[in-house]
Amino acid sequence: MKENIVIIGGGIAGMEAAKQLLVLGYNPIIIEQQDHLGGHVSQWHKLFPDMTSSHELLDGLSNQIKDANVFLETKVNSINALGDSYNVILNNGVNIVAKAVLVASGFHLFDAAKKEEYGYGVYDRVITNADLEAWFNKRADARIPEHPKAVGFVHCVGSRDLKAGNSQCSKVCCTTAIKQAIEIKEIFPETEVYCFYMDLRLFGKKYEDFYINAQRDFGVHFIRGRVSEVGETIDNRVQVKAEDTLTGKPLKVTLDLLVLMSGMVCNPRTNELAEMIGLNIDDDGFLKSKDNVYTIMESNRPGIFYAGACTGTKTVPETVAEARAAVLSIHHYLTQA
Amino acid sequence: MMDFGFSLSKSSTINLDTVDTTLYKKLCDMEPDARICMSCGSCSASCTAASFSGMSLRKVILALQRDQDVRPMLSNCMLSGKCTMVCPRAINTRHLILTLYRIYDR
Ligand SMILES: Cc1cc2nc3c(=O)[nH]c(=O)nc-3n(C[C@H](O)[C@H](O)[C@H](O)COP(=O)(O)OP(=O)(O)OC[C@H]3O[C@@H](n4cnc5c(N)ncnc54)[C@H](O)[C@@H]3O)c2cc1C
Ligand code: SF4
Ligand code: SF4
Repeated sequence: MKENIVIIGGGIAGMEAAKQLLVLGYNPIIIEQQDHLGGHVSQWHKLFPDMTSSHELLDGLSNQIKDANVFLETKVNSINALGDSYNVILNNGVNIVAKAVLVASGFHLFDAAKKEEYGYGVYDRVITNADLEAWFNKRADARIPEHPKAVGFVHCVGSRDLKAGNSQCSKVCCTTAIKQAIEIKEIFPETEVYCFYMDLRLFGKKYEDFYINAQRDFGVHFIRGRVSEVGETIDNRVQVKAEDTLTGKPLKVTLDLLVLMSGMVCNPRTNELAEMIGLNIDDDGFLKSKDNVYTIMESNRPGIFYAGACTGTKTVPETVAEARAAVLSIHHYLTQA
Repeated sequence: MMDFGFSLSKSSTINLDTVDTTLYKKLCDMEPDARICMSCGSCSASCTAASFSGMSLRKVILALQRDQDVRPMLSNCMLSGKCTMVCPRAINTRHLILTLYRIYDR
């Protein structure tokens, strides 16, 4: 009989892990709380840096994991150590015993309404990065005007913000902002686009190219200053205030659309899971790996492994690489035991 | 000296080899959070006095590290405390300004 491996979370991390576990001859069992696989990536339209279609990527992966057991709209009720195994009880009454459990429960998108000064949910013209991805997919959102004259992007919303309880940099949103700024310019070439940033963090392969493209080919304006407040004008537009720190002057601009780059924060449901089985939580709220250099896929408990954004902010290629690494760690753990 | 019809003006280069940071260090001793300012400009953008007077706490914190006189800027502060509401590094900016007043008073 094939060995069971429980995967908690069917995002791209969980899916990639299932694919690799199948190749190695295991029986991966994915537990996903939503009604579909793919996690956050299923909400996005095109992925940087190659503008890969999210849906094609996920469809391809779904085809490759047809033989995996998948429980959708399912949650873990409890998880207990049982000898050298874990007993995982699901809310549908199913009971699984497995020697290895992979936690791939991902992140939460910061709730932009918490930053009241930005007016999300209050002003019609304020949306989030996730809302904009949804619009790229469906082209239906009453908040997005037909011919915007000016569009702004606010970086670091809920990230690098001690008051919001998140000191970490979300790492993907600078690149996402520039990617989305370019996409807006492609759709609305006449629109003026402004990115309000504190630092531009374009660390990955080809990310800096997006920045150069945005400047040279699309004329996106980069303003170094954190937006301090947003207000509505009488004609239903939004006025944004910041300090233009490079000239040292207060600055304001009126926009038809403001996009808040909500950050990646820890998933509170993961913490419930961690409590059930005694997994360590890091001071940023994400799961704490054994270390952050060499064994990021390993937890403080034998037989429990991590992959993807449940341990911190990650890009898709990082998540996928970690899923593969975690599978190898699981394989070594089971064959050497 | 011969008059060539022009004079040399003082170099505007900031020379970190010779810059005097006594006041900045004093501030950091009394107000350690001064060190974690990341120059985002939220304080100055929300400042009630900024647009008329040139007051900018961001510039004050930087200027002290460059040994520039920050008193003209500080004198415009109305202590409204709006900056304290917005600082993403949770610096008690209003308190920091009061500490600076105290340092200059001595
Ligand atoms: C706006 C935005 C745009 C981005 N664009 C890009 C891009 O273009 N390129 C790129 O490389 N990266 C991008 N990223 C990063 C990318 O989204 C992440 O790297 C990726 O989603 C991480 O995958 P994951 O599987 O670890 O987590 P997730 O995508 O969060 O998936 C986790 C899954 O686990 C499920 N789950 C969670 N807890 C439980 C539980 N207790 N029980 C059962 N199921 C559970 C969730 O429902 C979800 O399906 C972007 C991020 C953001 C915020
Ligand atoms: S990646 Fe950029 S926008 Fe996102 S938190 Fe880091 S600095 Fe801010
Ligand atoms: S708001 Fe805080 S971090 Fe930003 S410039 Fe002002 S003091 Fe520095």
